[in-house]
Amino acid sequence: MIVEHLAVARGGVPVLEGLSFRLVGGAALILRGPNGVGKTTLLRTLAGLQPALAGRVSVPGESIAYAAHADGLKAVLTVEENLRFWAAIHGTDSVEAALEAMDLRALRGRLAANLSAGQKRRLGLARLLVTGRSFWLLDEPTVSLDAGSVALFGSVVRAHLAGGGAALMATHIDLGLAEAGVLDLSPFRAKAPAAGGRVGAFDEAFG
Amino acid sequence: MWALLTRDLRLAMRAGGGFGLGLAFFLLLAVLVPLGVGPEGGVLGAIAPGILWVGALLSCLLSLDRIFALDFEDGSLDLLATSPMPLEAVVAVKALAHWLVTGVPLTVVAPVLGVLLNLPGTGYGWLVLSLMLGTPALSVIGALGAALVVGVKRGGLLLSLLVLPLYVPTLIFGAEVVKRGAAGMEVSVPLLLLSGITLGAVALLPFAAAAAIRVNLR
Repeated sequence: MIVEHLAVARGGVPVLEGLSFRLVGGAALILRGPNGVGKTTLLRTLAGLQPALAGRVSVPGESIAYAAHADGLKAVLTVEENLRFWAAIHGTDSVEAALEAMDLRALRGRLAANLSAGQKRRLGLARLLVTGRSFWLLDEPTVSLDAGSVALFGSVVRAHLAGGGAALMATHIDLGLAEAGVLDLSPFRAKAPAAGGRVGAFDEAFG
Repeated sequence: MWALLTRDLRLAMRAGGGFGLGLAFFLLLAVLVPLGVGPEGGVLGAIAPGILWVGALLSCLLSLDRIFALDFEDGSLDLLATSPMPLEAVVAVKALAHWLVTGVPLTVVAPVLGVLLNLPGTGYGWLVLSLMLGTPALSVIGALGAALVVGVKRGGLLLSLLVLPLYVPTLIFGAEVVKRGAAGMEVSVPLLLLSGITLGAVALLPFAAAAAIRVNLR
């Protein structure tokens, strides 16, 4: 994945600009930065859910798996049914391996409505494994996970990297990935409109 | 695509899925109208085609906002948008699931309710045929409306206002088929127009709805 001079906006306001980086198979990159700096916006842009303001993102087609704050679970379906649905949508058949990897075997027949917050999160992360895609975009993946589950997820990510995959994650918790690079987003913060940012064009047109 | 269809049908059948809501409303309407209008057989028979079609249309409207709103709230819509399935296909499948859950049951019970409304004997076949041909348009047009208001909190009112004018042609021609059929008149013109609206809507609106969802997910 190659990102060049990317600028992204949230609600029409530019939040990040001039961002360039490169992520290759087997590598992980951790996004850092204060709340509101644009981590989620960047991940949504890379996932193709919103257009970039400027710049270029080159990524092989259909290779991105995005895990947002919301897990996309249906409360009235069981753990296994939820996973089978996403596996069928992505045309893979690795449900058993995903259940095993995220320690969900014992919960397979339980309705998602009856899971704890941490168990729901584990199921949401297990969904990444059934997509069969190589670039993982993770938005705060460890929210509501306990220490044991964080370590478990760290090992899942490491196995994914060892298999040639890559991960870009916004997180403040140490996953135990010593090899992961860190990208601090603060220097790429978009300039305030008063300092000559792009909102100025609006004032020129109507001022 | 099959997976999405079976998931949506399964969700509709399980607790809180909303299956039967439209059907119950349709039933209530058909039971209450004769009580309100009075036992005059002639009057009831004359308004039956219109009442049945209005009832079917409003029952369809009841469950429209569920088409995309639930998937938007739990994040599934974001994940579907990044999945290998084109968003146009997602819209088409979800509209089909909506039709199977509302349009088909409405079509099946309509003749029974026709008896309550003293629909003339020659009208039953046309009632079933017109609902069969017309209700898919209601689901697809509804899917477009639901796509436009996805992400709007309590978008139900806005959705009704957007969708009702688009439902009018289907209502007019659908009721006209039944009215003419019951009176033993030629029905081919309204029947062809009704089918044309449905085919046009099914062919074009999934693209419009997918575009609306893309904008709303930003």
